Amino acid sequence: MNLTRAAPWPAGTAPFADPGETELLELSLGPQHPSTHGVFRMNALLDGETVVRLQPVFGYLHRNHEQLAERMSYLASMPFTDRLDYFCSLTNNWAYALTVEKLAGLEVPERAEYLRVILAELTRLQNHTVFLGFLLGDMGAWGSVLMYGFRQRDAVLDLFEALTGSRMMCDYLRFGGCRCDLPPGWAAAARLVVDSYPGFLDEMEQLLTENEILRARTMGIGGVEAKRLVNAGVSGPLLRAAGLSHDLRKVDRYGIYDRFSFRIPLGEKGDVYDRLMIRLLEMRESLNILDSALRDLPEGPVINPQAKLRNFRPPAGEAYGRIESPKGELGFYLISDQSPQPYRYRVRPPSLINLTLLEEMCVGAKIADVMVILGSIDIVLGEVDR
Amino acid sequence: MRKLKQLPGVGLLKGMLVTGRNFFGSYRNPRRLVTVSYPEQRLLLPESSRNFPFLVYDGNDSVEGLRCVACKTCERECPSGAIRIVQARDENGRPAKHPERFEIGIDACMGCQICAEVCPFDAIKMDSDYEHAATGRTRPMVHNKLRLAKSNTYYHRIKPREAAEVDARLEMERFRKEEARRKREEAARMKKEAAAKAAAAKPEAPENS
Amino acid sequence: MAVTIPSDAAPPPGRTSLAFPARRPGLTLAAAAGVLVVGTTLLVLLLDRKAPGILTGAVVEALAHPATAPLILKAGVLGWLAEGWGLGEPWLGLASISLSLFTIVAVFMGLFALTSIVERKVLARIQNRYGPNRAGLWGLLQPVADGIKMLTKEDIVPAGGDRWMHLLAPVMLAVPAFLVLALLPYGPGMTVVELGVGILFFFALGASAEVAVFMAGWSSNNKYSLLGAMRAIAQMISYEMPLLLAALAVVMLAGTLSPTLMVEAQAGHAFGFVPQWFVFTPWGLVGFVLFFIAALAESNRSPFDLPEGESELVAGHMTEYSGFRYAVFFLAEYIGLFGICGFAVALFLGGWHAPLPVLDFIPGYLWFFLKLYGLVLLAIWIRGTMPRVRIDQLLAFSWLFLIPTGFCVLAGAALWHFTGGGWLGWLVVTPVVTAPYFLLLPRLQSAEANALRTYRFSEE
Repeated sequence: MNLTRAAPWPAGTAPFADPGETELLELSLGPQHPSTHGVFRMNALLDGETVVRLQPVFGYLHRNHEQLAERMSYLASMPFTDRLDYFCSLTNNWAYALTVEKLAGLEVPERAEYLRVILAELTRLQNHTVFLGFLLGDMGAWGSVLMYGFRQRDAVLDLFEALTGSRMMCDYLRFGGCRCDLPPGWAAAARLVVDSYPGFLDEMEQLLTENEILRARTMGIGGVEAKRLVNAGVSGPLLRAAGLSHDLRKVDRYGIYDRFSFRIPLGEKGDVYDRLMIRLLEMRESLNILDSALRDLPEGPVINPQAKLRNFRPPAGEAYGRIESPKGELGFYLISDQSPQPYRYRVRPPSLINLTLLEEMCVGAKIADVMVILGSIDIVLGEVDR
Repeated sequence: MRKLKQLPGVGLLKGMLVTGRNFFGSYRNPRRLVTVSYPEQRLLLPESSRNFPFLVYDGNDSVEGLRCVACKTCERECPSGAIRIVQARDENGRPAKHPERFEIGIDACMGCQICAEVCPFDAIKMDSDYEHAATGRTRPMVHNKLRLAKSNTYYHRIKPREAAEVDARLEMERFRKEEARRKREEAARMKKEAAAKAAAAKPEAPENS
Repeated sequence: MAVTIPSDAAPPPGRTSLAFPARRPGLTLAAAAGVLVVGTTLLVLLLDRKAPGILTGAVVEALAHPATAPLILKAGVLGWLAEGWGLGEPWLGLASISLSLFTIVAVFMGLFALTSIVERKVLARIQNRYGPNRAGLWGLLQPVADGIKMLTKEDIVPAGGDRWMHLLAPVMLAVPAFLVLALLPYGPGMTVVELGVGILFFFALGASAEVAVFMAGWSSNNKYSLLGAMRAIAQMISYEMPLLLAALAVVMLAGTLSPTLMVEAQAGHAFGFVPQWFVFTPWGLVGFVLFFIAALAESNRSPFDLPEGESELVAGHMTEYSGFRYAVFFLAEYIGLFGICGFAVALFLGGWHAPLPVLDFIPGYLWFFLKLYGLVLLAIWIRGTMPRVRIDQLLAFSWLFLIPTGFCVLAGAALWHFTGGGWLGWLVVTPVVTAPYFLLLPRLQSAEANALRTYRFSEE
């Protein structure tokens, strides 16, 4: 007996075809709205509380990132990549550095590769940590989980600050390595943070997976056929929640990811609950990677001595570099004409491309579900609009 | 399909327990608190903390002692174009090796530290001071040379490890320069001496032969 | 090196911060108390000159008998009015009513101010923050600052909105909320209006709140407001039923519609220490939980705060309100919460009765307010914990679970009456009232939602 399931009306079959009977309500959610995660707007057509049509509108945070980058040196774009997905500046740095290194044929020293892996996995941890909080906030849990997440994330951000000088806008990676070496005591502090994480995850898992309201709100919501996800180019935890094993850390084995043993958690239904659980499980795998990376961290230089800081001119050519950012496949496409500026600079933002199926996920759901579904996609408007 | 083995509502009660524990825990253990009461409490910043650049000067004179030679590398490399440098001219109208004006707009600066990284003279460094509130949107947001100049002692105070490294490097460079100058002078002297010797020897030769 | 390495491995590694400057709360509190006591004494002495002895006598008497202090003080003031000012009968009755009303309104306004800060503090501490701590000692003056802010803000009526309806809605919401307070039995003989049909009147007032909320939503000319108002209507109508059913069980067993008599029916202790409150019977316990859940929904508290629905509807029916009218909405919601919690106390938690015989020396009205505030704190705690439910789940929860439970409670109360309580009562009534919990609640969610999900891992 299924008592709560609302009967969704597929578009066109609803009994409101006769405009004399009932009227649809067009509701513009955003761009100024508490839970659109920034200046995002959705034009929703509602039948009562049920979504009939939903049109995402974005571009309110457009900052001309790509055009700007084509007018400044390769290095000067690095701090701007911090501001794409401002929760994950270090993975953005890595994607950009990886592309430029491909373009210029730069080798990266061993220690720098390890540092990159450590920082990327820490970034994944803190991104997924706040994701849980924001998702619960979208369900109206009044920020308690968000604050617990923030407390845990602060420990990671403290590490970032001690290493890079900034908590969020790290600007740490350089072409051919990293900007500076670890300060004394950093690895030990990182070890403490990594060791404190499983306890936090246990608490969260218990709190979130057993909560009846949360289960009722997330299960069976926002699921889309896996085939559609592939067709739309969706990547990251969304794709894996639908049961497709696609993780660039395994597919491309960029950097030194082939040295670590980790698993890819896979969901089945692809609904909001699966997305949430996949992220929780992914954090545990990240902890495994961090554990061995911190153990094996070799000594040595952190930057390739051949890398030029000033007047950097890669040889003419083109390159596409991609990494598995916490939100999905983050790619940079660059064309060089041997000048200090890139001829073409293009970002493939996971947030934007994961957002393309929003309407399909939302139609037939309630208006309150729209926020939860949007939250489960985990977008950052800095990356969507660029 | 396995069923969730718990009575309905138990999950919610467990959640209540967690929040209750946090409620009492925040009174018992202040380290649990996420926030600090800012003006009274402040976080200790790590040494690498960066916010906004400043100009380092040696000695006591903030104008004469500036390390900046107005090479404008930072102005070229600044991603947000926040730096403006006007080179000084000496009395003959030739470019001098210090800036006439050096201005940074704190509204445009994003604290990326590229200026400090590319500076060949270790003249611009990142400050960890974060209280830059201003009462206007145009002029008060632009910090001029006088305001930007901070002594090497200050640099040592906020970033002891980094400043010591920089000092050692500068000392080494100075030493090398001195050495090179000494060698050059030595070589010049030797050459002059040799020339003098040669000159002294030469005129005599015809007579002797 | 300033990497903040935590001193111990307690999760999570904390950040080093400088110490918080010490405050001296004792001095401030003592000064405030002193000013209050001295001021009151001076005022009483000053007023006493009109009819010497009556007012001071009443105060001394009240201090000697704290259990009936409000009654003594009221009698004293009435006597002072009659003696000193020569007030006659129609006026004396009016004065008597106004005195009671003034006291109740003042007490609950104070409670509202206190709760507005306590709620923020408790929520903050649940989330491991400090909460407001700038205005006054521990931020206790925050309500004053909020009040000043609200009063000085512009009162905006949206263009295209129904102006008068918009202005009237918050008042329409606040008036019934305050009227409920007149019915509450605060202590023995301390009900403002002894109404024989108090429960009925309470439900009538509760129903009128729906009109006000819908007025607010409709007149705002805003789609968020409209959706919020429609949610509010659906929610309030469906949750009034379980509220009524739970109250009806008490009405059946107490045999009266008057809250005061219901409280009196709960007097005494079994075995000398177990209070004879209705909550300590199987049907009463379930009825109380039912009543409290429905009360949360009736007063739009989390997890049933759908009409406000911050994450999707911005602020629901209050979206377009600003300034003083917004404050009145807040006031009405809190007062409504107090009223409904007060009824929960009177109906199930024994009203003014002390939980143990040895605690009888504490005045009854203090017990009443303690219990009331305990429920309010519980509501705040729930707000800090639970996510919001969805509108269809909310309605299904009421119609498919709470209302059947309500009928079971009713049946349970009847059985309790016929078995005469005792162990037989427990044996018979417990299965009846808990049946919906075991039979209906698990079916509220689909089988899919009840399943434990397992995840597979890929090595590739």
